Amino acid sequence: MRHIRFPTSDLRPPASERRVLLGHGSGGKLSADLVEELIVPRFSNPALDALGDSAVVAIPEGGGRLAITTDSYVVDPIFFPGGDIGDLAVNGTVNDLAMAGADPLYLTLGMVIEEGLLFSDLERVLDSVKRSADSAGVKVVAGDTKVVPRGKADKLFLNTSGVGLVPAGFVSARENIGPGDAVILSGTIGDHGVAVMSKRAGLGFATEVRSDTAALHRMAAALRRLGGALRFMRDPTRGGLAATLCEACRGRPCGVEIGETVIPIDPGVRAACDLLGLDPLHVANEGKMVAFVAPERADEALAAMRGFVEGNDAAVIGRAVETRPGMVVLLTRAGGKRIVDLPAGEILPRIC
Amino acid sequence: MKYIDEFHDGAAAGALSAKIAAAAGRIGRPVRLMEVCGTHTVAVHRHGLRDLFPPGLKLVSGPGCPVCVTPADYVDSAIKAASLPGVTVVTFGDMVRVPGSRSTLVDARASGADVRVVYSPTDALEAAAGEPAREVVFLGVGFETTVPSVAGTMVEARRRGVKNFSVLGAFKQIPNTMRALISDPALAIDGFLCPAHVAAIIGSAAYSFIPAEFKRPCVVAGFEPLDILYGVLGLVTQLAEGRAEVENQYSRVVKTGGNALARRVVHEVLEPADAVWRGIGTIPVSGFRIREGWRDQDAARRFDLSVPALVENPGCRCGEVLRGSLDPPGCSLFGKGCTPERPVGPCMVSSEGSCAANYKYSRQE
Ligand code: SF4
Repeated sequence: MRHIRFPTSDLRPPASERRVLLGHGSGGKLSADLVEELIVPRFSNPALDALGDSAVVAIPEGGGRLAITTDSYVVDPIFFPGGDIGDLAVNGTVNDLAMAGADPLYLTLGMVIEEGLLFSDLERVLDSVKRSADSAGVKVVAGDTKVVPRGKADKLFLNTSGVGLVPAGFVSARENIGPGDAVILSGTIGDHGVAVMSKRAGLGFATEVRSDTAALHRMAAALRRLGGALRFMRDPTRGGLAATLCEACRGRPCGVEIGETVIPIDPGVRAACDLLGLDPLHVANEGKMVAFVAPERADEALAAMRGFVEGNDAAVIGRAVETRPGMVVLLTRAGGKRIVDLPAGEILPRIC
Repeated sequence: MKYIDEFHDGAAAGALSAKIAAAAGRIGRPVRLMEVCGTHTVAVHRHGLRDLFPPGLKLVSGPGCPVCVTPADYVDSAIKAASLPGVTVVTFGDMVRVPGSRSTLVDARASGADVRVVYSPTDALEAAAGEPAREVVFLGVGFETTVPSVAGTMVEARRRGVKNFSVLGAFKQIPNTMRALISDPALAIDGFLCPAHVAAIIGSAAYSFIPAEFKRPCVVAGFEPLDILYGVLGLVTQLAEGRAEVENQYSRVVKTGGNALARRVVHEVLEPADAVWRGIGTIPVSGFRIREGWRDQDAARRFDLSVPALVENPGCRCGEVLRGSLDPPGCSLFGKGCTPERPVGPCMVSSEGSCAANYKYSRQE
């Protein structure tokens, strides 16, 4: 029998307008195409390439405990100054592992795509996932794609789960924080939240503020060398520095005192916060960490952090104190004191 | 950037604080000053400025939070409007959480009423223009600062022939309320820190009755920490020197005569009227009502929004808080039954409310 070849390519829209269809999430031919075309070539590694129901990986030798985490990303817009939802999905989950003291190993990538998303946008996001994963040294070993009808999701939601290995004997816990411990912040606050907000609100600030999205595991691993002198670390994401510090000392016998003048902040971020009526302490970060360190090792910790690009602007911003247990107090620029509280309600929805 | 930093400067604040203490010392008795405006209240707490005042100097908060002074039966009327078929109630954000006698607009929305939050009255007008089949009622709550934009929107609605837009008014004016407060010997107010953005509209001269009739000083001040400290310094200096004048510390925005254009728009649509202040009562000529010629845009006359006489929560002491006679922590519900997450009274709802500012920035537990 003679095969007749139809010129199918002519029926396709130009590449720049190609869009994700409901069928791409159907589990059928289009789904397989999408995986073959977009996922496998980008993320190729033995565990992923097997395309089994589960990725099967070896546990590295040398002992330790596994850290496992998961996070979903719904940021709006998906592209913003300094990054996109793909960078966030990798760095956010890597950082969750890193803050638990883990060296990140593997990621999974789940995608919920709204029908009609441009292929070019999806590819741009996947390129970011790839770039961020490579630079963090983690492998994407499993994934899933669902497509929902227009209007049932907003462009693209991602979920990443991460697995990492915590060296034997390491613990970071807020219970370890004691009076006198130094509070060290790895850099400026509020950049991510303001970058996303300004893009969303179409605000033309004089200087463009860029998201600080970055992986922190190398800096965190360097701090682990302090052993027990490193009491606790956490990345101040949603709810900002305020939420992280409040959670660190809530219900504990000590509180935290920080100084407004020593908290690093970009002037553009401060101006934007004044304009939007936001407290920069409440604005999200995606590439910053806070470390509580025994006072006698604070200088060493600070120097270690400053040795990394992502910790260049690190500063001691305060200390744990016995007065006002469980509370965070700010010494204001004007010279007074005030309480720093959790933000009331969701001030900035869909920031990450 | 430079501008903002300058106005946060710690060393300058310290120097001002010392001058304030020196001047207050010369007065030789305890001094009670009132910041009339909610924006000042928030700034004072947020920057911890009370720590910079000497022990004998007390800066109490006044009634300058528009949401706080709106009576509960107004909220009930708004809820009634929202539950009428085909009616959409549009408002600024804080209002939706203010308790009426039984419930809030948030509760009404949860049970199906169409209640929307906007950032400006023009958004409400756009909503009306976009959905001609619905009646859009905007909650006109606010002081001299917001009143012009609401009045301007009403003028605009008429010009564009938008027939389904109306306003439920609860407009307030500050000066006669200051008169009522300073006339009350129990409150013992020695001077006012005046709201600069109100003054930007009505002009700083509108406060001149306070020195003239009551021999007390007034200073119009901005909202940065140093602005406020300069303002307080101005007040204590006048008191120490036995002077009583209106001082305009905020001359970069406030002109003595205010903003005549804004006042003209207000005058076209609204006329001065007595107003009820939550917790304080009726104060003569302390508000505005919609003029007869604009009754077609007056929601209170367009719909039957009458409600039963109000029942205030007996435990809530907002009335005293708004008059400056009770510090919020003195209310037995403060931080216990009443928090920003679960507010009992309006002073805990509004971000500008004195109870909310105290709880957020200065609570002691
Ligand atoms: S704390 Fe709550 S109940 Fe007490 S006066 Fe303030 S708002 Fe009213």
